[in-house]
Amino acid sequence: MFASRFYNIVIPVISVILGLIAGAIIMLLFGYNPISGYAALWNGAFGDLYFTGETIVKVTPYILSGVAVAFAFRTGLFNIGVEGQVFVGWLAAVWVGVALDLPMILHLPLAILAAAVAGGLWGFVPGFLKAKFRVHEVIVSIMMNYIALYTCNAIIRSVITDNEDKTENVAESASLASEWLTQLTFSRLHYGFLIALIGAFLMWFILEKTTKGYELRSVGFNQNASKYAGMNVDRNIVLSFVISGAFAGVAGAMQGLGTFQFMSVNSGFTNIGFDGIAVALLGGNTALGSVLGAFLFGTLKVGALNMPSAGVPKELVDIVVALIIFFVASSYIIRWFLQRSKKEGK
Amino acid sequence: MEYVIEMLNIRKEFPGIVANDNITLQVKPGEIHALLGENGAGKSTLMNVLFGLYQPEKGEIKVKGEPVNITDPNVANQLGIGMVHQHFMLVDTFTVTENIILGMEPKKGSKVDIKKAEKEVQEISERYGLRVDPTAKIQDISVGMQQRVEILKTLYRGADILIFDEPTAVLTPQEIHELIQIMRTLISEGKSIILITHKLKEIMEVCDRCTVIRKGEGIGTVNVSETTTNELASLMVGREVSFTTEKEAAQPKEDILHIRNLRVKDVRGVEMVKNLDLDVKAGEIVGIAGVDGNGQSELIEAIAGLRKSEAGSISLKGNDITNLSPRNVTETGVSHIPQDRHKFGLVLDFPIGENMVLQTYYKEPYSKNGILNYKEIYKKAKGLIEEYDVRTPSEYTLARALSGGNQQKAIIGREMDRVPDLLIAAQPTRGLDVGAIEFIHKKLIEARDQGKAVLLLSFELDEIINVSDRIAVMFDGHIVANVKPEETTEQELGLLMAGSKKQEEGEL
Ligand SMILES: Nc1ncnc2c1ncn2[C@@H]1O[C@H](COP(=O)(O)OP(=O)(O)OP(=O)(O)O)[C@@H](O)[C@H]1O
Ligand SMILES: [Mg+2]
Repeated sequence: MFASRFYNIVIPVISVILGLIAGAIIMLLFGYNPISGYAALWNGAFGDLYFTGETIVKVTPYILSGVAVAFAFRTGLFNIGVEGQVFVGWLAAVWVGVALDLPMILHLPLAILAAAVAGGLWGFVPGFLKAKFRVHEVIVSIMMNYIALYTCNAIIRSVITDNEDKTENVAESASLASEWLTQLTFSRLHYGFLIALIGAFLMWFILEKTTKGYELRSVGFNQNASKYAGMNVDRNIVLSFVISGAFAGVAGAMQGLGTFQFMSVNSGFTNIGFDGIAVALLGGNTALGSVLGAFLFGTLKVGALNMPSAGVPKELVDIVVALIIFFVASSYIIRWFLQRSKKEGK
Repeated sequence: MEYVIEMLNIRKEFPGIVANDNITLQVKPGEIHALLGENGAGKSTLMNVLFGLYQPEKGEIKVKGEPVNITDPNVANQLGIGMVHQHFMLVDTFTVTENIILGMEPKKGSKVDIKKAEKEVQEISERYGLRVDPTAKIQDISVGMQQRVEILKTLYRGADILIFDEPTAVLTPQEIHELIQIMRTLISEGKSIILITHKLKEIMEVCDRCTVIRKGEGIGTVNVSETTTNELASLMVGREVSFTTEKEAAQPKEDILHIRNLRVKDVRGVEMVKNLDLDVKAGEIVGIAGVDGNGQSELIEAIAGLRKSEAGSISLKGNDITNLSPRNVTETGVSHIPQDRHKFGLVLDFPIGENMVLQTYYKEPYSKNGILNYKEIYKKAKGLIEEYDVRTPSEYTLARALSGGNQQKAIIGREMDRVPDLLIAAQPTRGLDVGAIEFIHKKLIEARDQGKAVLLLSFELDEIINVSDRIAVMFDGHIVANVKPEETTEQELGLLMAGSKKQEEGEL
């Protein structure tokens, strides 16, 4: 057990280092200076409070979308529908935030709850179809992503607004924005970060500490044994998808109530959900891992914006990120090398 | 060339445990070499080292006199080493043929020539008398047939040194007999075999020499013709083992399990249990004897709520439990040692400790207000692990890392510990060493003496005869005879199981 835990920490770290090295090589090949490139990346992410604030803003929804994917993974399901669940969560939060007039103590929780419920409902569909009719969840959730995208657009245009491209800002009583943080950093930094951390904690708590989590993990590992043990496999599949969707929905609320304060019509996906897959993978499908993975991901994305100042095109960062994921995904190779060198060292 | 295989002073460690310590195994060409040792002694580990699945920390391996470095199973295959694993390595959703040819598919252009492959599989299977249906999916065939597929897989790859890791544990006596014939044929064709088995009779019957290991250490190699089962047993366990089970006569009381006109279909929709009646009383052990595939598995799954009953009734202590969910059946008072330990018995990726509460995790003290109490769970697990002598580095070790026999002991411990009214024990001693079997038999009788009803399913006729108080012979979905163990012989049971009638005198 010790060994596997050790590898779970070491492998992502090695993957990241290998990814950075590979990125450096590519920069060199194209005639850029990797040291100044990476320095610019670092400054762009943490150079001053503004950048740090924006990085955290970026990290926040990634944590939750990563948690959503990881949660489903841990229970044996592949939720590729996080993207769509983020959309409906975003819309639900903003809708509640715009339409109602309540004291903050009710309004904000209600808006977040609405996002969780909307995301959960969106997750319910693939979960239910899988449990009931054995339809593969990947196919259904991909479809649900498109339905979410276009339904949200339609609702924004013709229900919430009168043919506008974006909603009004949410009421202050439903906003996660913080004057204090804004003044401190001049960024869009908001309290959502805390909610994301609570989300990650909840994932850990549900899976590791609760009786339901025991069932969910058991079903994820071995459906036959779970059935034998008296668990209701189908119900657990649905539940897992609903919980995963709820996390994703709250990721949307972070955008709607925090970062943007509104929702606009989208011509395509935000990628928060799809990137969540990478985040979960980087984090070994654990809660803490998702937080760290989201940090890495967000840092790279925000820092990248500053790389052109060192003359490096920011597309390169996408390549570096892709390389890191590649190395994590092929962690089998690294594991093999580690075990081999351990053996030869003896 | 004196030896085809030489494994010299092999050492293999796992976290927290030395699985093999200085073990030497030398196999002569053309012999059947037995590898004997208690559960967890390190037999599978040693063979996995030979097959290239594990790399040893120390030691040397020579194949046909040449020192070799077996880095992975492909290297083993090239060296002519084939292995039939203790736990099958088959792709459930593939057909028998697809599994056998996996990795060396015959091609026609760029496509797999499945027709040709099926023909080849059919040929080999006929040549060695290994009855399989080349087009059936693995998930739809019996454990026995899956085993035969595993054997065919090695034969298809043309191995000349075959490792059989407990092949007979899952076979019926008839099938074992067939397998022994097959092994003899293989030997006469110049192949060599390493056979792991806990059944000393088999070693005496087919093996030339036997290497014994105990707790990871090599004890030595003996010529089978110069030894006895008793000597083998005490070499392996380190003490005397008794082979017959002492027990008082049963004192059956009221009916616990009461089955009438039961009909159950298998996955393919074929009726396997046909209008079956069966009673098990409190304080008795009823043994079901039968050839695999005569509806025993379906019967047990129906009782346990894992399979739908089409018609008829099952009741427990007067409560109708027909088609209840497994949870409800369990709570009404049934515990169940399942036939297939990996499929049903364990969540292999859970620590062994968490597996010990698989049916009770939601009850106090293991769970309170929806929150697990790990302290209580692991306390319970620790107790069971000690009581049932489950050999594991700790209760936090993943179930996957335990040896096959120790996984089985863990399941038995869990199920025996919570026997409410009825214990269904489906092949409970499969894969256990003689010492552990002795212990489990004692425990079964203890449960009976406490007034529990025990339904025992086993393909080991001597187990059925030794342990049961009454034997129900199952053939073609019915109970065709009820016999007393004292009044029957293995021969008579064998005939009944093959369908010869005893209805005039024996039917219910
Ligand atoms: N992958 C593994 N990781 C950690 N420990 C392991 C692993 N495989 C086996 N072990 C440990 O090594 C020891 C030997 O196991 P092995 O499977 O070789 O026993 P065995 O002799 O085949 O027993 P059985 O008769 O029960 O099959 C056991 O204590 C087991 O817990
Ligand atoms: Mg073994």
